Amino acid sequence: MVGLYKSEFKNPVVNWIDKRLPVFTLMQKEYAAFPTPKNFNYFWNFGALAMVNLMIMIATGVFLAMNYTPNVAMAFNSVEHIMRDVNWGWLIRYAHMNGASMFFIVVYIHTFRGLYYGSYKTPRELLWMLGVVILLLMMATAFMGYVLPWGQMSYWGATVITNLFSAIPLVGPSIVTWLWGGFSVDNATLNRFFSLHYLLPFVIVGVVFFHVIALHIAGSNNPLGIDVKSPQDTIPFHPYYTIKDSVGICVYLLVFAALVFFSPNFFASPDNYIPANPLQTPAEIVPEWYFLPFYAILRSVPNKLGGVMMMFGSIMVLFVLPWLDTSPVRSARFRPIYRQVFWLLVIAVLALGAVGAHRPQGIWVVIGRVATLYYFLHFLVILPILGKLERPLPLPESISRPVTRGGGPIPGGAPAKPMEKP
Amino acid sequence: MRFKHLAPALLLGAALVTALGAAPAAAQQDMAKFKQSQPTEPPSLPKIAWSFDGPFGTFDRASAQRGFLIYQQVCSACHSMNQLYYRNLSGIGLSEEQIKAIAASVQVPGGVNDQGQPIERPGLPSDHFKAPFPNEEAARAANNGALPPDQSVLELAREGGPDYLYAILTGYRDPPAGLKMQPGMSYNLYFPGFQIAMPQPLQDDSVQYTDGVKPTLDQEAKDVVTFLTWAANPEMEERKQTGVRVVLFLVFLTGVTYATKRRIWSDLHH
Repeated sequence: MVGLYKSEFKNPVVNWIDKRLPVFTLMQKEYAAFPTPKNFNYFWNFGALAMVNLMIMIATGVFLAMNYTPNVAMAFNSVEHIMRDVNWGWLIRYAHMNGASMFFIVVYIHTFRGLYYGSYKTPRELLWMLGVVILLLMMATAFMGYVLPWGQMSYWGATVITNLFSAIPLVGPSIVTWLWGGFSVDNATLNRFFSLHYLLPFVIVGVVFFHVIALHIAGSNNPLGIDVKSPQDTIPFHPYYTIKDSVGICVYLLVFAALVFFSPNFFASPDNYIPANPLQTPAEIVPEWYFLPFYAILRSVPNKLGGVMMMFGSIMVLFVLPWLDTSPVRSARFRPIYRQVFWLLVIAVLALGAVGAHRPQGIWVVIGRVATLYYFLHFLVILPILGKLERPLPLPESISRPVTRGGGPIPGGAPAKPMEKP
Repeated sequence: MRFKHLAPALLLGAALVTALGAAPAAAQQDMAKFKQSQPTEPPSLPKIAWSFDGPFGTFDRASAQRGFLIYQQVCSACHSMNQLYYRNLSGIGLSEEQIKAIAASVQVPGGVNDQGQPIERPGLPSDHFKAPFPNEEAARAANNGALPPDQSVLELAREGGPDYLYAILTGYRDPPAGLKMQPGMSYNLYFPGFQIAMPQPLQDDSVQYTDGVKPTLDQEAKDVVTFLTWAANPEMEERKQTGVRVVLFLVFLTGVTYATKRRIWSDLHH
């Protein structure tokens, strides 16, 4: 339909713009009046937190790039120059460095929130898959960003991870040479990683945009996992969730500030304060903490190609999760067995994180293999079968009238008060 | 994350020492004997109460200045500090005059004269700390093949940070009987593999302090570690002080936001 938009804004300037480009109406509909289930708990803060974190990373990153030099002879020194000579450079760099860790903390909680409350189930499959794409892009971005300071762990981490592609039959070694832009990790590699590290966050912004569109089409899930039945079940996003998200943002910033100002190297490897040296391999090559579970899966498989496939497979399996979980009930609150295997999955992932931080010897090999096995069993075997076997608890009639259909006892926590935690 | 890598590093170090031995078999035997009588892992690091510990910690200026003295008179014979400028020394409380004098005490490359010949000039506060060796090869040649690491961010580059540096400086002992030492190596209780290329750098009275403090090994080690921690984290005081203000503000903001949230939500009947 061609023609000016019929704006309802009274302010003449706003109205003039809105008629030609209805961004004010868009914001009004999607962020102010947007009907949102009234029973969110604080786990529903983490999407907004991820958005804030992404903006912090882009803002600090832009200023870092103004002072950083992507050259093997100068990169390490230019980072120290930022720390020592650039006004507030230490704050910008420590915020960016710890911001990466905060981003993964936030996004992992966001993801497990989705797993617990079944947010990936119909009609939100594509919303979930876009989220997995964002996670993959974040991992690529974080990996390349970690290479930029050109410390020992930057260099050797890049060498180990890019070498994984050599496991691909026939074309593997050629792919690695192509990734490196040469025959080892060197200046060409650093340059392209810098370029891509600057590019990918904006690709993430684009996918986040689609993620949000998909969210606003399907509507948010909620802790009960049941559909919105009537306007009574919802409240406008603003002011109720803008203020509730603000509380979460404040707490998030407190944790972030504690890290940046008082323990900025808490997540950092001391080895990365040693300039990269291609002739000296560090005693231990350990990735950043947020990759440890995947690194553990990689090392739990005694075959290189198998390990690489399992590692990527651990993310790929999330893409098809909406079809692996056969239960029509979303929220784990009404799935007595799923609620338990969910925590087994959490334990398996945490165990894999611990395994990734240790040498693959002794008991760590056993734990790594058991946890890897459980990870894949959980998604590929347990979830498909459980949906058929499990007898879910009676679901409440609606969000605002949490009365069970069968007239049985109200399930624990069903009359969810908006502020309570599950 | 600061994981404990000491055990594997030690194993690797021990393996290296073994592999490099002139008679590998004999060395292995020695190593086996040594392992029976000695712990295979350095003891846990001593925990020193540093002036810069905690969210309100600051650098003890007098200690850092004594540490700089030690750097000048002892460390700088072998170790560079390439990231630092002389002007940075204002951070440990040295005056502009003192810094000018310190900088002027070295000769640095001063470009070329009008015949195109390279010349030297006295250092300025805007110059980097002068390195003891022109390049890595020269440093290795003068140090039995070992490269003395740059000390600019050494405190950040070692697991354990200041406690580790203190432990190394005070960890020199006579090698236990039965341990075959490599030529030119010293025995150090806290070094991975126990054999360190750096001879014991500090003893009691290695330097003369001008402020009446007794230069014991313990005092010297604490002073130079304070200096090195400052050198690696010159922003630390500003960072922590800013952090205290930021956290106080955020606590206040969190309280106000939460109260507002309670108020906005109070009109909902659930």
